[in-house]
Amino acid sequence: MELLTKSSGETEQPFRYSVGKWGSQFLQELRDHKKFLGIRCPQCKKVYVPPRQVCGPCFQRMDELVEISDHGTLVAFTIIRFSFIDPETGFTRPVPYGYGLIQLDGCDNTFQHFINIEDESKVKIGARVRAVFNEKRKGNLLDIKYFEVTD
Amino acid sequence: MAKRVAVVGSGQTHHKSQRLDVNGVELIHEAVSRALEETHLTRDDIDLIIIGNMDHFEGINYVDMWSIDGSGGLMKPTIKLTTGGTTGSTLAIAGYHMVASGLFNVALVIGWEKNSESDTTAAINTAFDPVWDRLTFAGAIGGLALEASVYMHNYGVTEKDAARVVVRDRKNACGNPYAHLRKEVTIEEVLKSPMLCDPVKLLDMCPRSDGACAVVFASEEVAEKIADTPAWIWGATNRHLYTFINDVDFHGLHSLKNASRELYQKCGIKEPLKEIDVIELYQPYSFGGLLWLESLGLCKDGEAPQLVWDGVTDMGGELPINPSGGVIPTNPIGATGLIRCAEAAIQIMGKAEGHQVSDVNIAMSTGFGGCMWSDMLLYGKEKP
Repeated sequence: MELLTKSSGETEQPFRYSVGKWGSQFLQELRDHKKFLGIRCPQCKKVYVPPRQVCGPCFQRMDELVEISDHGTLVAFTIIRFSFIDPETGFTRPVPYGYGLIQLDGCDNTFQHFINIEDESKVKIGARVRAVFNEKRKGNLLDIKYFEVTD
Repeated sequence: MAKRVAVVGSGQTHHKSQRLDVNGVELIHEAVSRALEETHLTRDDIDLIIIGNMDHFEGINYVDMWSIDGSGGLMKPTIKLTTGGTTGSTLAIAGYHMVASGLFNVALVIGWEKNSESDTTAAINTAFDPVWDRLTFAGAIGGLALEASVYMHNYGVTEKDAARVVVRDRKNACGNPYAHLRKEVTIEEVLKSPMLCDPVKLLDMCPRSDGACAVVFASEEVAEKIADTPAWIWGATNRHLYTFINDVDFHGLHSLKNASRELYQKCGIKEPLKEIDVIELYQPYSFGGLLWLESLGLCKDGEAPQLVWDGVTDMGGELPINPSGGVIPTNPIGATGLIRCAEAAIQIMGKAEGHQVSDVNIAMSTGFGGCMWSDMLLYGKEKP
């Protein structure tokens, strides 16, 4: 017998997520001055990016914003080669793209973003990288085009 | 008064890539029926139902309500739990805790998923932070590839080392009638399979499956009346990690390391490699079958490949891992952690037939999910 399925349709259910005070300041600084902001925990003194209100390990409120570098070191890296539907757009995400965690200078955790893979041989864990910004910036993470290797 | 608790039986569906002949409710009912049949219990004997899956795979949010015909929960206390990839293992821990409380004698615990109904990676992405994670994140495969990249960099582990794990698990799955992918693969086939996210290839990764699992937890008042050899729970632990993917330190699976040390301490395990007889490891990709053995303290950092190449974790080895085949051949995500529990208990009960490890007195199961977090249970043939 023929076994049927039912589609949920082509409809969208958009959400509008709060970015918060520190997150908003981070994105505006990125948009207006191409600068990264981190936040320092008063107890363990670790600097986090993006800035958020609570240091999880210390369970402490943070309110000291600090400027951190747009240069850093690549600490984890992959190239996404399989395609899947991007739930943010509803469309298949373009692949391949480089994806990695960058330890920005002056920061204790890492920052995740696209990694330029034009020259794959240069993209290695331990490589020095810098943020490349888009000309038109709108106050979201896409204001950074990608990180590229400077070595 | 806290009671001792045992797993007294379980039921699974024959896991497949797509089950168009049943909807989710009917799939759940298959596993529940098998669990009741094995334990010779009826719906009336069940005091509590705990059910879970990851809602975003099916887009149906109140599974406890919607599935009641299949679960047997009509007019019974029913609880739903969801904790991402660890859903199944969290369900098992909840079953243990609820029966241990002394308030319920028999709990029926159900994990299920119909992963065929949506794009798995898209759905997983919706579990992550919409502002900071989703732009670049590529679900479990992308996140795990980051972990593998760090592990290879630190210890010179190779893709071939990881392929050896796949060969073991796919071979073991051939002895398990409920496994999804029941076909052996070679190291060469793994290495030649399409690259998904460097260094993770198609055959390094679990499939997505349609399947359900039901496990019966019983208190010491009734456990030995239901099962000849109950699998007694000696302890359970779990650990969660940070908010964003970029907060995770990928040098070892810290949640598993931390949870396992507490579990060993609780259960009096001093040398896990020698004392534990079998592990059902929630290991959705091959590199986890190496790195996470180090996090479990089964060997020193960087030494897991040698352990696996030496056959220590094979059937007949000192500590067989994933006699059922584990997750690489079978992954109905909300059921996966609970299948690890069911399979560990089956090994204690001596009912695994084609994939039975000989002389199992102590078994362990794990769960993995979300932002690199871990659940664990340890079972013994002896009452704790």
